[in-house]
Amino acid sequence: MFKRIIFVLLALALVGAGAFWLITAPDTLAASDLSDHEPDLENGRYMFFAGGCASCHKTPGQEDALNLGGGLELGSPFGTFRVPNISPDPDDGIGGWSTLDFANAMLKGVAPDGSHYYPAFPYTSYQRMRPEDVIDLKGFIDTLEPVSSDVPGHDLPFPFNIRRSLGGWKFLNLDGKSFEPDPALSDQINRGAYLVNGPGHCGECHTPRDPLGGLQRGEWLTGAPNPEGKGTVPDITAAGLSDWPESDIAYALETGFTPDFDSLGGSMAAVVRNTANLTPEDRDAIAAYLKSVPGGQ
Amino acid sequence: MKRLLFAGTAIVVMTAAAASWAAMDPTATRKAVMKNNGAAMGALVKMAKGEAPFEANAANLAVRVLYNGSIGYTGLFPAGTETGGDTEASPKIWEDMAGFEAKSEALSAATAAVIATPITDLDGVKAALGAIGKTCQGCHETYRIKKDG
Repeated sequence: MFKRIIFVLLALALVGAGAFWLITAPDTLAASDLSDHEPDLENGRYMFFAGGCASCHKTPGQEDALNLGGGLELGSPFGTFRVPNISPDPDDGIGGWSTLDFANAMLKGVAPDGSHYYPAFPYTSYQRMRPEDVIDLKGFIDTLEPVSSDVPGHDLPFPFNIRRSLGGWKFLNLDGKSFEPDPALSDQINRGAYLVNGPGHCGECHTPRDPLGGLQRGEWLTGAPNPEGKGTVPDITAAGLSDWPESDIAYALETGFTPDFDSLGGSMAAVVRNTANLTPEDRDAIAAYLKSVPGGQ
Repeated sequence: MKRLLFAGTAIVVMTAAAASWAAMDPTATRKAVMKNNGAAMGALVKMAKGEAPFEANAANLAVRVLYNGSIGYTGLFPAGTETGGDTEASPKIWEDMAGFEAKSEALSAATAAVIATPITDLDGVKAALGAIGKTCQGCHETYRIKKDG
């Protein structure tokens, strides 16, 4: 009798392990998924600021946004993440990566060795980016200074240190869809939607998350507790921004000044350092899109 | 007219600030100083955006208000005022008072530089806003926790 039960349990365990293995397998792009697009370095630089790469990947304690030695520590409910070096250094950075490697990292959250990245790297938003924009960004990063640095790994307690399990997280949270413009909306709002939901990755801070850290897409941009501790990240839907005319939103993204002449602080200070580099038209597009998101409250 | 209104508001707020200082309430005083800073920035921002006519005297007065508010500002953060009084001060201020003082000095330096070479045109307003705004952001980024939105 017992032998039977144990046999059945073992079989179930095997099936379970097999299912786990399949579900958590990394999903990657093939070379044929990428076009032959020649990198446009000017757009690559633009995407670098639209994507806010420097805010995480810049070497801390210095002002040069193009010095990408990594090392910043990001606190979270799951432990402490340490941001990697993405300079084109062949030993400490991403020097030697192919364009396909870079695209898989940005769009699929998979490293060149096939392991999963933690979603502290916001590929849940970057997955919306056009492959051409990603190719341009890679081209631009390749022109930057290689930086030597020794960044320790993340500090995550069990069970969050099991990288393979991120495949399960992705199964639940990564839909693999790229950005689809809505033909019913204006070009300006579509451009704003692309910038906010793709490279801008605004939703990563401004949207609430479930206990496993998945974004609650039904409450998109309605605000969330600050992942790094105290305070809240505000609601930036039309409901949350009801006191802000569109032009004030665009102005704040340019200068950091709010409609009551306060100065945006906290993590938004770093965001404004990036959005200050966008064109006025793109800042207007972002403002127009945010005003078009109805919000709940 | 607007200049009078601004100057009048500044005087009222500064009086309120002085009064609350007299009442030994550093938290209320420092909040009043910051509110006043907002009004001063408002005068400059409106000119920069073209929503108000450029006036050299009003612009330089606004910068002077910001300078005055920054002197001795960090003294309004004694031990015991970390919480209460609806403060938005981050605990980091007391963990790193030297860093906080450096940020406050940056505002003093930026405004002192404009006082040394006063604003004479709209370009001067925009340049001042850029330099001063950077110091606002530089401090708020680390040492303030915004309460609502």
